[in-house]
Amino acid sequence: MDELRLDGNAAAGTLGEVFSFEVTTAEYACGGCGKAGTLGGAAVYEVRDLGIIVRCPGCDNALIRVAHNRGRYLVDLRGTKYLATG
Amino acid sequence: MGEGFFSRGFRGRRRNQDTALPPGQYLEDGFPVLSAGPTPRTPLEEWDFSVVGEVDEPKRWTWEEFRALPSEEITTDIHCVTKWSKLNTRWEGVSVDTLLEGVDTSAEYITAYCDGDYTTNLPLEEVTGGKAWVAYAYEGEPLEPEHGGPARLFVPHLYFWKSAKWVRGLQLIAHDIPGFWEGLGYHNFGDPWREQRYWGD
Ligand SMILES: [Zn+2]
Repeated sequence: MDELRLDGNAAAGTLGEVFSFEVTTAEYACGGCGKAGTLGGAAVYEVRDLGIIVRCPGCDNALIRVAHNRGRYLVDLRGTKYLATG
Repeated sequence: MGEGFFSRGFRGRRRNQDTALPPGQYLEDGFPVLSAGPTPRTPLEEWDFSVVGEVDEPKRWTWEEFRALPSEEITTDIHCVTKWSKLNTRWEGVSVDTLLEGVDTSAEYITAYCDGDYTTNLPLEEVTGGKAWVAYAYEGEPLEPEHGGPARLFVPHLYFWKSAKWVRGLQLIAHDIPGFWEGLGYHNFGDPWREQRYWGD
């Protein structure tokens, strides 16, 4: 047994802070071209009710994809190397 | 039941004449543009279309070669998952049957790949047998870039996100790989008559 291993509830505090971040000043690095920037400076495409796609202004790579799904959101951050918040 | 009661592309599913629209859809007169990214503008001299993957020999057509293939005119309804439907739209395109002619494959799925990194996935049998085209004209005019020109996949019996804009080829594959929206909560198959909008529908 790994005594350092806790269940997901233990991360609630930290993750709750991470995911209530100030979006416009949050920094990302693009998974496509590597360039860093702030989300406020990224390009956003609203696809009617389907969702929104946040793209790198340098290479058009999809950084963040969010889909609306009957009142829930599905989020895909695969296009970012990281997000720096707070 | 008369022949005319069945609509091509709906696999013989009966359509009630009073309800020409799939469940949850409304009638749209315009043609809304949905774009998940910038509109690619690949010059026709650089454009090509390929069939790759699990095939004996990959196929490739330049724009001129593609336009020299036998084409068909299709008049049918289209249904977007964002709930608009448009009736009796008129398209011209090359049937996927024509593009796959002579292709020997054990693949059961395809991924349509596009300029702008968009992909969508379909069972091979949903794009063969006169059910799908690569369309290059809409209402008698060359397909505009905002609507997927120079050419888009056209699979009108499924929700319209499957009719991938700016399509550049089909990859034939043994195992299904969810595409751009299918990997993000949208239904893998997308039959509007069964209202398959989201995962679990
Ligand atoms: Zn980039």
